[in-house]
Amino acid sequence: MKKKNRAQKIIFKSEKEFPLMPMSVGSMLFNKTGAWRNIKPVIDLENCIQCGICWKFCPDVAIIIEDEWPVIDYDYCKGCGLCAEECPSKCIAMVEEEK
Amino acid sequence: MSKEKKMRLSLPEEELMNSGHMACQGCGATLAMRYVLKALGQKVALCIPACCWSVIDGPFPYSSLDVPIYHCAFETAAVSASGVKAGLEMVGDTETTVVAWAGDGGTFDIGIQALSGVAERNDDILYVCYDNEAYMNTGTQRSSATPYGAWTTTTPVKHFKNRPKKDMEAIMAAHRIPYIATASVGYPEDLFKKVKKAKDIQGTRFLHIYAPCPSGWKSRPEDTIKLARLVVQNAIFPLYEIEWGEKYTLNIKIKEKKPINDYLRIQGRFRHLKKEEVAFIQEEVDKKWERLLANVNGNQ
Amino acid sequence: MGNHALSYGAMLGRSQVIAAYPITPQTQVVELLSEMCADKTLDAMFIKVESEHSAMAACLGASLSGARTFTATSAQGLALMHELLHWASGGRLPVVMGNINRAMAPGWSIWSDQNDSLSQRDTGWIQFYCANNQEVLDTVIQAFKVSEKLLIPSMVILDAFTLSHTYEVVDIPEQEKVDEFLPPFKPEITLTPDDPHAFGGLTSPEHYFELRYKLQKDMEKVEALIEKTGREYEKMFGRYLGIVEEHLCDDADLIFITSGTMGSTAKVGVDELRKEGIKAGNLRIKVFRPFPFDVVRNVIKGARKVAVVDRNISYGHHGMFFQEVKSAVFGHSDGIPIFGFITGLGGRDITPSTFREIAQYVREKEKPEENIVWIGVKK
Repeated sequence: MKKKNRAQKIIFKSEKEFPLMPMSVGSMLFNKTGAWRNIKPVIDLENCIQCGICWKFCPDVAIIIEDEWPVIDYDYCKGCGLCAEECPSKCIAMVEEEK
Repeated sequence: MSKEKKMRLSLPEEELMNSGHMACQGCGATLAMRYVLKALGQKVALCIPACCWSVIDGPFPYSSLDVPIYHCAFETAAVSASGVKAGLEMVGDTETTVVAWAGDGGTFDIGIQALSGVAERNDDILYVCYDNEAYMNTGTQRSSATPYGAWTTTTPVKHFKNRPKKDMEAIMAAHRIPYIATASVGYPEDLFKKVKKAKDIQGTRFLHIYAPCPSGWKSRPEDTIKLARLVVQNAIFPLYEIEWGEKYTLNIKIKEKKPINDYLRIQGRFRHLKKEEVAFIQEEVDKKWERLLANVNGNQ
Repeated sequence: MGNHALSYGAMLGRSQVIAAYPITPQTQVVELLSEMCADKTLDAMFIKVESEHSAMAACLGASLSGARTFTATSAQGLALMHELLHWASGGRLPVVMGNINRAMAPGWSIWSDQNDSLSQRDTGWIQFYCANNQEVLDTVIQAFKVSEKLLIPSMVILDAFTLSHTYEVVDIPEQEKVDEFLPPFKPEITLTPDDPHAFGGLTSPEHYFELRYKLQKDMEKVEALIEKTGREYEKMFGRYLGIVEEHLCDDADLIFITSGTMGSTAKVGVDELRKEGIKAGNLRIKVFRPFPFDVVRNVIKGARKVAVVDRNISYGHHGMFFQEVKSAVFGHSDGIPIFGFITGLGGRDITPSTFREIAQYVREKEKPEENIVWIGVKK
C-alpha cells in the first residue's frame, strides 16, 4: 500500500532532468490498470474457504491478503476472471462494471 | 466472516512484481515471472531481450519489478547474462543470481546461438524461457516453438504450422548442462520448487515454462490456468527434469493421459483443425510421451 | 607486435572482463590476453564467446554491472557487432575495443582497408587511428580514462598487418604508475539488486530525443578531455598523444591529410619532396570521432592546397576523411582547394612514391577537377 501511494507519473521538463542512460526511475504502480476492465470479480467471503488460490493465480497481483482474507485491489484488477474460474468453492462472481 | 482461521498460502506472500504492468488480461508470462521471483528473492539481475516482457515491465522511465533489469538486444539474452555474471563477479558480487528471461522467439530462434554458446561453456546463469508458442510481442507470428497445427499470422489457416515444435530440452540435454526442467504456470508449486533447486546449482540451468497467451491463442483469459494444467495432463508438455543431459526425472506422473481434444477445443488457434489432423497430433503426442518414458525409465 | 600492444594496454588498464572471438588479423590480441588471464598476469574473466556479436553483448552486460571491459575484432566481426555498437553508445557503456582495419568481404580479404571502422562512424563511438605500436599501447590506456569519464565507448584502430603484425620497440609503463594514472572503474549507477533499475526499456518519442541529445553533448566534450588526459599522461610517462600529428605543416604549401600507418609513410614522402624544394607537410589525424574541426582548420589555414588521402570509400560519395575535412572547412578557410585521393583499398601497398604521385597531380591542377582521384588502380 505504501509503495502504491508513492508511485506517480514522471514528467521531465528539461534534458537536465533525464538520467544519462535510459533507465527506470519510477514504478509502474502509478498506472491504474483497473481502468481496463469491463467485468469485475466480487468475492463472497461467506463462502470463501481461505485457500489462497485466487491470490495465487492473479497475474496482476491485484488480490492481497488482509487479515487472513483475500481482498481485491480494484485499482489494478483487469477483470481477466482467473480468480473466479479457479476458485474451488465458486464464491467469486464476475459482474458487469457499473458505468 | 464466520471462520477465524489462517490463510494457507502455498507460496511465500512477498511480491517482487508489482501491479500496473502492461500485460494482457490473463497473461501466463506474468504469472511465470511472479512465481520465479518468489523463488529467487530480490538478489537477482534479469536480462530481458525483446519479448512480451520487455513491454510488460513498462516503458522508460518506469519498471514494475523490484529487481534490476537489463533490456538487452534480442539475440543476446543468454550471453548478456553471462557478461553480467562475469561483471558482477569481478566487482565483488558473487551472490546475485543472474537470470536470462526470454520468450520462445529469443530462445528457440534468434537467441539459440548465444544460448548454445553459453550452455557449451556452462556459464553460470539461470536461463528461463517463458513459452507462449509464437512471437507474441510483435503480433503472433510463428516461431519454432509454435506447435504443429497452430494458426499464427505467418501460418494462416490454409498454411497452418506444419512442422513440429522444436524439442528444446533435447537440444539443451545435448549440451550436457547440470540442470534442465520444464514447468507450467498451472503447477506453481512445482515451478517454485524447481527454481529453488536451480538457484543453488552452479553452471548453466535451463528452465522452460509453459505460459498461455489468451491474445495469441484466441482463448479466454480465464482459461489460462486450465490450459496450463491440461497441457501437462495430456502429455503435450510433460513436466520433467534432466540432470547433466542424462538423468531424466518425471515430476507429474500421469496415470491416464487426457485426450488432447479438450485442450485444443478451447483455443481459437486450433479451431480450424480437421479430425484427421487432430488424430495426427494425438499420435505424435503419444509417440513423444513414450520416448520420454523410455528416457525416464532407462535413465539414459 | 601492434596486436600485442593492444593486449598490453588492456592488461595494464586492468580490464576485468574480456569477451572476444578470433578473426585474422586480430587473433594475437586475444591469444596473448588469454595467456595473461590464465597465468594471472591479468586478473580478468575471459569469456570465450562463439561470435563477435556475442562478444560485444557480453562486454555490454559486464560493463553495465560495473566492470572494465575490453574486446577486439576486425572487419566482418566489427560488422557483425554493428547493432551492439549502437547499444554501447546509447547505453553509455564505456567499452574499449581494438579494431584491426581490414577490408570488408567480398572479395574475401585480410589486408588493410579503413572501410570497416569508418562504416561505424555514426554509431557514437570515439575513434582513434594509430600509426605505431607505442601509440597503440598509450592510446588504449588513455581511452579507458576518457571513455569512463564521459561514458562513451572507444575503439582503437590499427592497420592490418602493417601495424597489427609489425614488431617495434615499445616502452611498457609500470603497472603502479598506470594504476596512479587510471583509477578503478567505479560508475555511479550499475546493474545491481541493491539499487534496482530497468536499463534500456521501451522509450517513446517523448523521451528518446533528449537521451540522444545528451550523448552528442557529451561527445562534444571528448576532444578537450582527450587533450587534458594526454597532458596528464605526458606528465607521468613523457609521451603526449594529441588529436593530430603535424609534420612540417607550419610553412607547407601542400598538406597531405592522412591517418593510420600511411600517415607515417606520408612523412617519408614529405621529406623526399622537401629535398626537391617542394614545401610539403603531413597532417595525420589520430582522433576521427569526434572529428577535430578546429584543429584541422587551424593547421591547414596557411596552405595553398590540401590533399586528403583515403584508404576507404563511401560508395556513391567520396573518401570519408575527404568528406569530413571538406565539411570542417566549409564556410572557413575559404578558397583552399581540397583534393580527394583514394588508394590502398584491400591492402594495396601505399609507399612514399604514392605521395610523390599525389603531389605531382596536385601541382598540375589549380583546383580539384574530380572528387575522387584514384591512385594505383589498374585502369
